[in-house]
Amino acid sequence: MTDLLYARALTGVSLAFHIVFAAVGVAMPLFMALAEWRWRRTGDAVFLELARRWAKGTAILFAVGAVSGTVISFELGLLWPRFMQFAGALVGMPFSLEGFAFFTEAIFLGIYLYGWDKVSPRLHLASAFVVAASGAASAFFVTLANAWMNVPAGFSLAAGMPASVDPVAAMFPPGWWREVLHVTLSSYIATAFIVAAIHARALLRKPASRFHRAALGISLAVGAATAVLQPLSGDLSARGVAVNQPIKLAALEGQFQTEQGAPLRIGGVPDIEARTTRWALLIPRGLSLLAFHHPAAEVKGLEAFPRNDWPQVVFVHLSFQVMVACGSALALLALVAAVLSWKRRGVPQNRWFLRAAVVAGPLGFIALEAGWMVTELGRQPYVVHGALRTSDAVTAVPRLAAPFWAFTALYLFLAAAVAVLLKRQLAAPPHEAA
Amino acid sequence: MTPLLLGTALCGCVILYALLGGADYGGGIWDLFASGPRKVEQRALIEHAIGPIWEANHVWLVLVVVVLFTAFPPAFAAITSGLFTPLLLLLIGIVLRGAAFTFRTYETSGDRAQRRWGRIFSASSALAPLMLGDIVGSLASGHVEGPASRAWLEPFPLAVGAFTAALFAFLSATYLSVEAGGPLRDDFRKRGLVAGVVVGVLALGTFLLSSSGAPLVHHGLTARPWSWPLQLATALSAVLAFAGLALRRFRQARFGAAAQVSLIVTGWAASQYPYLVVPVWTLRSASAPAGVQNLLLAALGGGALLLFPSLYLLFRVFKGERPLALIDREEPRAPQPPPARR
Repeated sequence: MTDLLYARALTGVSLAFHIVFAAVGVAMPLFMALAEWRWRRTGDAVFLELARRWAKGTAILFAVGAVSGTVISFELGLLWPRFMQFAGALVGMPFSLEGFAFFTEAIFLGIYLYGWDKVSPRLHLASAFVVAASGAASAFFVTLANAWMNVPAGFSLAAGMPASVDPVAAMFPPGWWREVLHVTLSSYIATAFIVAAIHARALLRKPASRFHRAALGISLAVGAATAVLQPLSGDLSARGVAVNQPIKLAALEGQFQTEQGAPLRIGGVPDIEARTTRWALLIPRGLSLLAFHHPAAEVKGLEAFPRNDWPQVVFVHLSFQVMVACGSALALLALVAAVLSWKRRGVPQNRWFLRAAVVAGPLGFIALEAGWMVTELGRQPYVVHGALRTSDAVTAVPRLAAPFWAFTALYLFLAAAVAVLLKRQLAAPPHEAA
Repeated sequence: MTPLLLGTALCGCVILYALLGGADYGGGIWDLFASGPRKVEQRALIEHAIGPIWEANHVWLVLVVVVLFTAFPPAFAAITSGLFTPLLLLLIGIVLRGAAFTFRTYETSGDRAQRRWGRIFSASSALAPLMLGDIVGSLASGHVEGPASRAWLEPFPLAVGAFTAALFAFLSATYLSVEAGGPLRDDFRKRGLVAGVVVGVLALGTFLLSSSGAPLVHHGLTARPWSWPLQLATALSAVLAFAGLALRRFRQARFGAAAQVSLIVTGWAASQYPYLVVPVWTLRSASAPAGVQNLLLAALGGGALLLFPSLYLLFRVFKGERPLALIDREEPRAPQPPPARR
């Protein structure tokens, strides 16, 4: 492997690891806050137990998220110094504001976790909501930086470097809100369905548990509300990509030829040599309809772009299919959950539904990781779309295999430790009030 | 003007990171050296002291990084590529410290597993300040050039690393002696006095090495108009801290140690001014476009309005009614020694 590939692999591993904890850090505090709020409102001790148990999980996951996020802020420079030299001033504003959001999150999480009997009930509950809001703000700002990498704005190029920089335009590149919305929703969906799966599994064993029913109620409510919105947000994102990054759209749809009334391909494997996508289920004019809301709209194919600007089409296309499949399955499950809750006027108890929720548990995180592969791999070979190639941004430091393996081992170790700790926390039976 | 203001803000963030995050590393170092009949209680006090605040304290470092790369992008690129290896080691220390500390708190499978996490926590708490000091020393040396420079292995940066670890341990001992009660207070008083002597010896050694190892900083510490007043103020703070410990005026000791650390960081920054990376990048030559710097400065000002009240609340909740007080006084809500871990 070349050093460029090791640098990309290390960045990829670090982000793939961190993104899980980041998403949990956005969503878990909301669950915690809702559980405590229900307890304060109803006085039902089950919700207090739930808030305390969720807080423990949040504490473990947030700490790992905080340190793995720090690694990434340094890695931007360690592995991509020329990217930072190029883009530091342009992506710096959202990162700086994210710093303050992170500060607020850490301060109020400290007050929440350690302040149960030190602060007033009102401040304690407010802290949970502040953590939830600042977690969402962190995701908002960080995604703005990524949106800029996809659709760079707020500068002109002079001799390969940015000139006449407008930091506000750079902070809000065209279509920023599409990506921000999509990423923020995905954090809630991924976390909610894995949490729902854990409690659904417990309910299958102990159907009478009020604790697990309460937990399923909150996680499913957040998960279902966000999962039904995600296909709409996905449509908005795809239309943004169609306009701003047509080559990425061509790659993720496996569209080789420029075509009017292009079909939508479901599944299939792109064949680069033959310049066609095989074994896909075709929906005539579907892509033109979806991407441009017109059945005869022209969709640019990969062949409209120089061959050395193509991303890895096979990976990108397959990741996109996986993301869409998982997201659609969750949206469907969310609709079923809504119908069942409405019929029962409460948390669904149907055993087949609970089984489906257990099976669907990991789909949110699979979709989130796949979606991140789509946007990052789909932008290659550029780190800043159309402006800076990844190969021009990489560090000149040699022998990157060593840090790659060291950090991969570190992350595997942490992942295993977190898994064991969470499993033990879950195994301890909840103190249920009679 | 804006580059200087941002440089000052950067220096302020480094000082706060040293005072808060640095003391947390110091706590980890005392966990490593926990000994005597109250070993378990010492560790429990450290855990109790840093548990609610370490994550917030850690964010100062993140702020240093983002301000550096937003306001001075080429300096950030030069630092990260020149000091590649010590930065990676610092990151490993940061990751293991935070993760192991949290895992130990939530470990439910018994003493042995907790002790295992404790060892990782304390060892990485020592590694991080060694690397942090080494990085500062390398930047001051003027020898950081090209990718993966070996400047960090020279005697001066290594000495600064050891000095930093000792200084953080000293700082932490003064904090812990304020927060401890009974015989535990005396344990940290003694540890503080020992660390104070080590800090003094290492300070002298580092200073002597600086004449060849970091000539610009050495010049700053001896030959500029502000050199001797600053040196004197630093020395006075050190005496205030040491005497505070000796005379059991613990809040005075804490204030003296904090002032000493702040003045040391200020002295470093002032003596390498206007350089960010000696001798390549100055505040001016590394500056991002003025529009970016002005906006960043405004964001820092606005953020500070949000941040400092929140931080004060955090410290008031967990460090008693008068978190910043200088004089010892029996408090109605003096923090109780935590129950020892079973």
